[in-house]
Amino acid sequence: MPLSAKEIRSLQAKARQLRCDMVDVTVWAGGAHIGGALSMADVLTALYYHYLKVKPAQPDWPERDRFVLSKGHGGVGLSAVLADKGYFDKDLLHEFNHFKSPFGMHLDGNKVPGVDASTGSLGHGLSMSVGMALGARFQKQTWRTYCLLGDGECNEGSVWEAAMAAHQFKLDTLTAFIDRNHMMIDGRTEDIMSLEPLAEKWRAFGWEVREIDGHDYAQIGAAIEGAQTTKGAPTMIVCDTVKGKGVDFMEDQVKWHYGSIDSELAARAKASIQAASGATRAGAPAAGGAS
Amino acid sequence: MTAVTGTTWNVYDANTLTQAEIYGRVLCDLAATDARIVALTADLARSTKIGVFQDKYPQRVFNVGIAEQNLFGIAAGMAKSGLLPFVSTMSAFASMRALEQVRTDICYQNLDVKIIATHGGVSFGQAGTTHHCTEDIAIQRSLANMCVIVPADGWETANAVRAAVQRPGPVYIRLGRGFEPTHFENDDYGFEIGKAVTINEGTDITVIACGVAVYHAAEAAKLLRDQDGISVRVLDVHTIKPIDEVAIMAAVTDTRRILVVEEHNVIGGLGSAVADVIAASGKGCAFAKSGLPDCYSEVGYPEDLYGHYCIDGDGIVGKVRELLKREFEADEDWQDEF
Repeated sequence: MPLSAKEIRSLQAKARQLRCDMVDVTVWAGGAHIGGALSMADVLTALYYHYLKVKPAQPDWPERDRFVLSKGHGGVGLSAVLADKGYFDKDLLHEFNHFKSPFGMHLDGNKVPGVDASTGSLGHGLSMSVGMALGARFQKQTWRTYCLLGDGECNEGSVWEAAMAAHQFKLDTLTAFIDRNHMMIDGRTEDIMSLEPLAEKWRAFGWEVREIDGHDYAQIGAAIEGAQTTKGAPTMIVCDTVKGKGVDFMEDQVKWHYGSIDSELAARAKASIQAASGATRAGAPAAGGAS
Repeated sequence: MTAVTGTTWNVYDANTLTQAEIYGRVLCDLAATDARIVALTADLARSTKIGVFQDKYPQRVFNVGIAEQNLFGIAAGMAKSGLLPFVSTMSAFASMRALEQVRTDICYQNLDVKIIATHGGVSFGQAGTTHHCTEDIAIQRSLANMCVIVPADGWETANAVRAAVQRPGPVYIRLGRGFEPTHFENDDYGFEIGKAVTINEGTDITVIACGVAVYHAAEAAKLLRDQDGISVRVLDVHTIKPIDEVAIMAAVTDTRRILVVEEHNVIGGLGSAVADVIAASGKGCAFAKSGLPDCYSEVGYPEDLYGHYCIDGDGIVGKVRELLKREFEADEDWQDEF
């Protein structure tokens, strides 16, 4: 059922709070991949606050939906979400990146409750997701597998190995997202190693592909619901997003792929997040424009 | 033909089948009572001999095409979902092409994935260096959580596969191509992961071996006994990690001369693992390693290559005779230091 206007407003409010939490963790951590955490925040919010069947009090519940953050450097974003969902005490995030903390910039699934796969090295998550979806089908389980990739991550050849396999095995319980924020560490994706036509590539690999505004909850919801009813093929949802979304001085800035912020900058960032009324991509700098 | 406990195949088969074929049959037996077991391969179902398994359990075989990184990533995901994947491909691809997936997806997450690495060492001789793998023992034993087993023959392969199911966490089982001679006569000799098998008792020198070198070491021991009157202890150290420190130190104490033979670069493999144990003990002995002397392998039939790299019987005899001439520091009180 499509998200109602009320549900969308609620998700937008939750996303604003989560973005502020991500800013806090970035301060505590001494630096984090804040740009890519903010760009994927709306997809994460839609999943964890509406679509994923999970039980935070029982992180290993066998019938839960699986979520693999293939762009593992987004750990700062996922950890804020998991804390808010109650998988662990939010105060633990004060120790992010500290000596022997369970929380590092790439989350360890054996240490952090709710993390279904340890990721960080790019190009690994989709293969593991294919394995999970195959495992569910083999064991006649109905849970679904969701995987979120970075756009730059699609430079990795192993992503396309997994893409072929998901099609070959007709994994219609597998839904993947690409956080298409158009940037990687060294610059814009199209300048470093071009990905376009990205959606066409996934179609050519046999996937059901949906292209959406990755900050528009009506579109995110419709795409996920469409994936849930698609039969015979995996779904790729290419989410057009803005790196640093919600923080005016970070938006569409390559330098905010990874950054440190002090308390003063954090206050500015949070004020910017709270001031943002809508959450759609509209109004953001044109994708692929000059940096 | 006698039926063997726990198997539906027989002695005659085990002596004529290759290690990998035996792997396929044992896996069939295990899968009959363990619904978690699935088999994965990357377009090498035939070469890695899982055909028997495929015939019996077609729904439990997953062929991912020529994509080894994806192969091990998928296995990790399947293990995460509660399955027990056995992944077979050539050792070169399992240990090098897909090393990061093996390390990060499987070992770091400490998942129940069992790797059957075929065509280890120079066993695919004619194929040349791209299809040889003389680095895998070094690579795999450096991965935390990984258990590394190099079975001597088909019987030991059967034991290793069964033991791997019982052992939680990742296991790497390195096989040859399948034309190796058989040393054991059955599987009932007390195989245990991490426990060396004494193939031959001896007091003058110990030859420590794994894989195909075990057979050749046993042959060499007979020849040295008959021709030179030398008493050679032969240890089958099938488990490289965790290694049997007790058996190694007993050999050092009893024989004071150790030769390690393996189908591997002399750097990083069984020889290095044994040397680690001896060095850490503070005890001294005359020590040598036989294997590839830090070089890329030549092309040729495996038996020619085994001769060239002193892994075969004649080669081991020569190395033993050399080592017997070597001095080591005598210390009458040495025994008391234990």
